[in-house]
Amino acid sequence: MKKITFYCILLLLITGGSHSTVQTQTAGDVLIKNATIMTAIRGTLAETDILVQKGKITRIGKNLTAPSSVRVIDATGKYVTPGIIDAHSHAMVSAINEGAFSVTSMTRIRDVLNPTDISIYRALAGGVTGALLLHGSANSIGGQSSTVKFKWGRPVEEFLVADAPPGIKFAMGENVRRTTQAPQPGQQLRYPRTRQGVIETMRDAFVRARDYRQAWADFNAKKTKVAPRRDFELEPLVEIIEGKRLVHAHGYRSDEHLNLLILADEFGFKIGTLQHALEAYKIAPEIAKRGTAVSIFADSWGFKLESYDAIPYNAYILWKNGVNVSINSDSAERIRRLNLDAAKMMKYGGVPEEEALKMITLNPAIQLGIGKRTGSIEVGKDGDIAIWNMHPFSVASRVDTTLIEGEIFFDRAADIQMRATLAAEREALEKLDVNRPPAAGGGPPRIPTERFEEVDHHDEIDGGGR
Amino acid sequence: MSSGFKVKSSMYYSVLQYFSIIAAVVVISSGAFAQNDGTEQNAIGRAGTFAIVNARIVTVSGATIENGTVLIQNGRIAAVGPNVSVPSGAERIDGRGLTVFPGMIDSATSIGLAEITLAVAGSVDLQETGTMNAHTKAIKGIHPHSAHINVTRVNGITTAMSAPRGGIISGQAAIINLNGATPAEMAVVPEFGLVINFPRIAVGGGGFGGGGGGFGGGQTTDFNEAVRRRDTQVEELKKLFTNAEHYLRAREAYAKDKTLPYVAEDLRHDAMAPYLRGEKVVIFTAERERDIRGVAKFVEDMKLKGIIVGGQEAWMAADVLKKNNIPVIFTHIYTLPVRPDDAYDSLFEAPAKMQAEGIRFAISTGDTGPEARDLPYHAGLAAAFGLSREDALKSVTLYPAQILGVADRMGSIETGKVANIVVSDGDILEPRTNIRYMFINGRMIPLTSRHTRLFDAFKDRK
Repeated sequence: MKKITFYCILLLLITGGSHSTVQTQTAGDVLIKNATIMTAIRGTLAETDILVQKGKITRIGKNLTAPSSVRVIDATGKYVTPGIIDAHSHAMVSAINEGAFSVTSMTRIRDVLNPTDISIYRALAGGVTGALLLHGSANSIGGQSSTVKFKWGRPVEEFLVADAPPGIKFAMGENVRRTTQAPQPGQQLRYPRTRQGVIETMRDAFVRARDYRQAWADFNAKKTKVAPRRDFELEPLVEIIEGKRLVHAHGYRSDEHLNLLILADEFGFKIGTLQHALEAYKIAPEIAKRGTAVSIFADSWGFKLESYDAIPYNAYILWKNGVNVSINSDSAERIRRLNLDAAKMMKYGGVPEEEALKMITLNPAIQLGIGKRTGSIEVGKDGDIAIWNMHPFSVASRVDTTLIEGEIFFDRAADIQMRATLAAEREALEKLDVNRPPAAGGGPPRIPTERFEEVDHHDEIDGGGR
Repeated sequence: MSSGFKVKSSMYYSVLQYFSIIAAVVVISSGAFAQNDGTEQNAIGRAGTFAIVNARIVTVSGATIENGTVLIQNGRIAAVGPNVSVPSGAERIDGRGLTVFPGMIDSATSIGLAEITLAVAGSVDLQETGTMNAHTKAIKGIHPHSAHINVTRVNGITTAMSAPRGGIISGQAAIINLNGATPAEMAVVPEFGLVINFPRIAVGGGGFGGGGGGFGGGQTTDFNEAVRRRDTQVEELKKLFTNAEHYLRAREAYAKDKTLPYVAEDLRHDAMAPYLRGEKVVIFTAERERDIRGVAKFVEDMKLKGIIVGGQEAWMAADVLKKNNIPVIFTHIYTLPVRPDDAYDSLFEAPAKMQAEGIRFAISTGDTGPEARDLPYHAGLAAAFGLSREDALKSVTLYPAQILGVADRMGSIETGKVANIVVSDGDILEPRTNIRYMFINGRMIPLTSRHTRLFDAFKDRK
């Protein structure tokens, strides 16, 4: 009997954990009633309803009705925003850096996604519905990124946003130079070791990609008879040159970012986003001229030398120059409070409220190439929505419900209701034979060796830890 | 081939040399940065008689005054109330639409002890070598011209506790005002408390980050063995205290009777005197319930005055904390729940739970410096998860003042207290609120920092 209980509990755990039972099935049809809606595109609407059908927002207006089968959420007194999108995350990524080579464009974050990472659920509880999952910053050209929605409890395939353009991580500065940590005894230095080496590593890769592309063009034009050997390192770089893959480039110092922008000019492509770019404010006109977007920390600074000139007015200066700016977390902790990071942008320089909200919703959606389907509350867009108990820029606000495509993936009331069940489950597990001390008949109690997941990849770890 | 290798190895050597030059340059240039900020920091505001009139005054200790005056004179709050007569020479500040708050206190930082923690070792003075450093004092290492100081204070934080980290007995923490050209000018209580990283069962993060390293013994996966090791370590810690006690007694005995053997002076042991005799507080870093209970027992056995820093599970040990009058400085609002199956808001809720249990507590960032300015949002987030707005504000003003033993001087707006005052255009816990004026020791502080200077330098670049 005990054994059966044990296996039942084990099964419960394996099937995704009790958190997934929070999920209330709406089949993508939901009516949100009487909310204050911050649309992130057409201002704030008082006491308005949103109807989501088959995952898409079909109507926004007053006194909307729906068939009785449709789940109704009473949002009287509550605020509704688009689901937050984090343009720099490593949530659910179980191996962040392939750092052995300086160019690892053949590697794919898609291959290392863990849909049961608790970070996903905690992000949902902060109103986050989507993210750009990036390779680390250990090398000049890193691996291919994945654009996901946090569909907690679903198979990993359903997380991927199918029509999102592919992306890739680039990186510059201290992490690439491997100078943020002392080399281990006997460890060989890896090229490049300087900023000038980093940009030449990138140039060399693009020269090779250009030749590779030409070789295929020659073959396809029947100028040569033998097909070139496929090169998985260079294929993504060819896609970049052809404008089919977005470059998301980690860096801090403005001169480095400028080097990269000039390199992109040389090879005739546009950089998708400058990531972190805490000194972007120093070169805002140069960035604006090229139409490159920037994804930054709201106000992190001083954690290493290259972040010592970071200022919280960065977003304001970029916004004033017409640059698309997003605020990202790069951290399983910080992703939970991006609403407050956006609020800070109103204080530092004076970004208007809707523009500040865009920095965590529509702007990152555009940066990820999914701005047509998500990032704002508009008819025709996905029903990716966060419902807050008060104005989301208030420090005392919290998320009550988070929906993706009209389906509920986080609900605070359900979460709280479930805690007693969880506690009972925990207690039952602790009483099992295997968890009892020797005198009581079990084996010796063990402290799990991998107790803590690596959850905070805030930059320095992003580059060095893995 | 071998010559190639030789070249390579000599190149490697020159690279190393080159790096040491770079390292030296980095150190020198970061020093230069700090000096630039020194100019800023040395502009320590101006003294004067100031009257903030027609303002909303959140006194924290008493009722909020909807329309009143705060008079600042000789560095102190000379008067506060709805009907204060303003002396003729006073500089009047129009407080219409503004709110006056006491300056916030970040009660468990290491501000001033590290400028850039990652890969700029020359700027880091957080941790001494060795395990028993009772005689080392943060006030001797705090850099008064650190850029963190201005950046922090312009967000309404006027005072901080700054503590050393690492080892077992890390050293002595200081309470400082975030203004002054010298450590002496900044000091509120220069030698406030003795920091001890209390031995833990198993391993994990300590309140001050450094953790309880130093006792050695490595890790174990056997829980009973981990308990045994912790108990051994606590016994060793007790020995450090009793050795110091014996030393002090022997010194006193010799002072009275010179026929007794002379006991050579020992700075480490001398430094322990006020702490082991319960005259000053010992600051213990501890997180888990079992470790907090361990601290409480240690405080009880050794008859100490204790404070917990960290305190993730302090609310579970309310009985022993209250019994031994141990308050908690909670540093984990910006920390993820420890276990994957903990409630997502378990650490956001912890202050409300401490409040419900009747534990005395304060909220701190626990930061080394750059992010200490986020203190109001740490408190505000606790208010999103159960703590009242009033208590959230108190947790970064009056409560830390009480826990740090300086509530006679700061933490609220009351006549006679030091004029550490912030004037804002809204609730200071809100991220959208702007600070409009601030005073430390009655001096009006310029609202500038490294960040505002860089902003001014680049905001209009075309």
